[in-house]
Amino acid sequence: MWKFLLPFAAFVALVVLFAFGLNPNRDIHALPSPLIGKPAPEFALMDVMDASKVVSNATLKGQVYVLNVWGTWCFACRQEHEALLEIARQHVVPIIGLDYMDEREKAKQWLTQLGNPYNAVAFDTDGRTAIDWGVYGAPETYLVDTKGRVIFKFITPMTADVWQHEFLPRIAAARRDGA
Amino acid sequence: MAPELGIFALILAFILSLSQAFFGLTGAWRGKPVWMAVARPAVTGQFVFVVMSFSCLVYSFVNNDFSVLYVARNSNSQLPLFYKVAALWGAHEGSLLLWILILSIWSLAVAAFSRALPLTFSSRVLGVMGLISSGFMLFTLWTSSPFLRLIPAAADGADLNPVLQDFALAIHPPMLYTGYVGFSVAFAFACAAMLEGRLDQTWAKWTRPWTIFAWLFQTIGIALGSWWAYYELGWGGWWFWDPVENASFMPWLAGTALIHSLSVTEKRGIFKSWTLLLAIFAFSLSLVGTFLVRSGVLVSVHSFATDPTRGLYILAFLVLTIGGSLTLYAWRAPKLYAPGGFELFSREFFLLVNNVILAAVAALVLWGTLSPLVYELLGVGKISVGPPVFAVMFLVPMLPLMVFMAIGMHSVWRRGKLTGTAKSLWWLAGAAILLSLGIQGLVFGELHWLGLLGFSFGFWIIFSALLEPLRRLRQKQTLTAALMGMCIAHLGVGMFAIGASGVESYKIEKDVSLKPGGSFRIAGYDFKFLSAANVRGPNYDAVQAEVQVTRGGKPVTLLEPQKRHFWVQQTANSKAAISVNWARDLFVAMGDPLGDNAWSMRVQYKPLVRYIWLGAIVMALGGLIAATDRRYRVKVPAAAPGLVTPPDRHTELGSA
Repeated sequence: MWKFLLPFAAFVALVVLFAFGLNPNRDIHALPSPLIGKPAPEFALMDVMDASKVVSNATLKGQVYVLNVWGTWCFACRQEHEALLEIARQHVVPIIGLDYMDEREKAKQWLTQLGNPYNAVAFDTDGRTAIDWGVYGAPETYLVDTKGRVIFKFITPMTADVWQHEFLPRIAAARRDGA
Repeated sequence: MAPELGIFALILAFILSLSQAFFGLTGAWRGKPVWMAVARPAVTGQFVFVVMSFSCLVYSFVNNDFSVLYVARNSNSQLPLFYKVAALWGAHEGSLLLWILILSIWSLAVAAFSRALPLTFSSRVLGVMGLISSGFMLFTLWTSSPFLRLIPAAADGADLNPVLQDFALAIHPPMLYTGYVGFSVAFAFACAAMLEGRLDQTWAKWTRPWTIFAWLFQTIGIALGSWWAYYELGWGGWWFWDPVENASFMPWLAGTALIHSLSVTEKRGIFKSWTLLLAIFAFSLSLVGTFLVRSGVLVSVHSFATDPTRGLYILAFLVLTIGGSLTLYAWRAPKLYAPGGFELFSREFFLLVNNVILAAVAALVLWGTLSPLVYELLGVGKISVGPPVFAVMFLVPMLPLMVFMAIGMHSVWRRGKLTGTAKSLWWLAGAAILLSLGIQGLVFGELHWLGLLGFSFGFWIIFSALLEPLRRLRQKQTLTAALMGMCIAHLGVGMFAIGASGVESYKIEKDVSLKPGGSFRIAGYDFKFLSAANVRGPNYDAVQAEVQVTRGGKPVTLLEPQKRHFWVQQTANSKAAISVNWARDLFVAMGDPLGDNAWSMRVQYKPLVRYIWLGAIVMALGGLIAATDRRYRVKVPAAAPGLVTPPDRHTELGSA
């Protein structure tokens, strides 16, 4: 009666998946991205706050900047918002938002109510720019250096701690190299 | 002294649960009544020591003992007493101890109420539960002790996360865990039946009330979590398809299927291997949920602090319990086949459809939750599954399920012929559609396809659920608790459908900037911002706004939302003010000060939203009534399981 073994077989598959998930070398926070060291994909998208404006990363060439991918549907994005606001207050680098697979009205409401940490927010309706950037889920935060290369990618909600230990040293190094 | 006593008591409880497992299982296997007799006192002893251990941690929290690392991390001297106790389960270690406490309460209940069962069977059940308890106790002692000392002691604690300082969330984990852990009883019953190699209708009769109790606690637990997310996160959503919400929803779906499948096994003695499998699944999905939340495999806001040893331990535990029970299943289930046919559109048929759909939804939710991980493993790219995907995955199977539910309540066992009352169903369906069109047109003034579907199905299910009880009342026939329970639970499903589709179709959410004296109108309500003033709470400062709500000039209510600033964690938290009545919620949450006394505010109109949680409570109430049915209270003679009882011949309505 092999069919009674089916649940067991399905469970074995699940265990393999979980064991993979537990692999200590799999760092969910800094997923190896094929984009690291490569030029950041360019985009020119509608501004969430003002439909007549265009947000493009072409204008940021020569600057170190952060791209934060989020959406109002993303529960964890709500969680990192306070940290982003705090980081924005430090004025270290420009923070560009990429509002991903969202409704513009909702995104506007979100930013009006919770505060806007972004210098500009690009509206990525169909998620094409996100695909270019290899976005896995939201929230994700990318760091781009002065030569326009992606140098770091961070997955999961941003925290003050991560900013302090993962981003600030890399920003300082990128500025040294760029100078 | 308390934390050391706590560890010591937990170690003793661990030893007792090991002996409960050993003597319960080997005693039954070897047929030694003296060994089996050890299981029950071991449960009592285990319970006493777990309570002692738990009380020690409560004591440390209440007395602000910041030399205990866990207390220092999760509490603060300024925290109100209620939240000091609730802070105990605010993080991984303490919530695990709560899990253990609840498991020991369930074990004690099983030990107390299983005296009428045959000794070998009850001692196997207690033995399996002992294995589960000892697994969780070892986990706590080994990787997650909440009793570790912090030397030197902290001057004060880091405080409980402000979003957790809330009544609904404080009681949400105990409720949810009672459900999660309660499925271990059905699981233990299933394992015991497989070990005995015998499963009859009496077994289903014993198992069903336990399953219903676990299910009703979980129903309330999930509803509380949803309610909390709705008002505390200030965003007005009630379900987010977050991995952790899914982790609680999957065992609920399996448990719901199990309750229905058990009724077929109980009445007809068929679906045996399927019922067993569901009993294993319901608890396994609870364990998988635990793994997902505590291992850091998936990323979620609810995630506890992650630690690879913990993940590895739970995975090993999963392999032992789930792997073990499924192996047992593959070995024993083929022998349990019972012949028994039924016709198309008989009660068995409808319950089978119910099971297939619920199991499919559980599988889809599991797939949606795990697919990012699967894609990553296969290296075929990375995906994210957003709420819209889940909503479709949920809605598509649920709509036919509601049709089958409305009709299925009027089916009979074996024969594919509906009862006489079923004739009214067809015109009632028309009435339900007209009623929902009427409500849409007259109350909301706008037609919405989701609202139309949800209202029509919801009203139809409510009408259908009321038909049979009303007929019996009119003809002065008796109403059994089983029938009442079923009808009330299904009534709850109808209320939920109306609430969920109503709020999703007609909600209005606006963000506005208001100065004192300014007002804003949505859905005919005028929200006038009167003033904002500073107020002080027990552990926070807040700005409180006064918002006068009027409708057509007549006062409706005064809303007082707060923007709280917690002293210890230095975090801001918006406390929404909500005006509730039977038709709608009016919801105001404060955003940020915009300078010049102006504030950004989120104003929401949420029609029918209460019926989402009210529906869940009614479902749970239906479960409670059904579980008290007389047939579950009848003492079973000790010799019963040896007898093969013939399948019931009568076709009693409403026993499902």
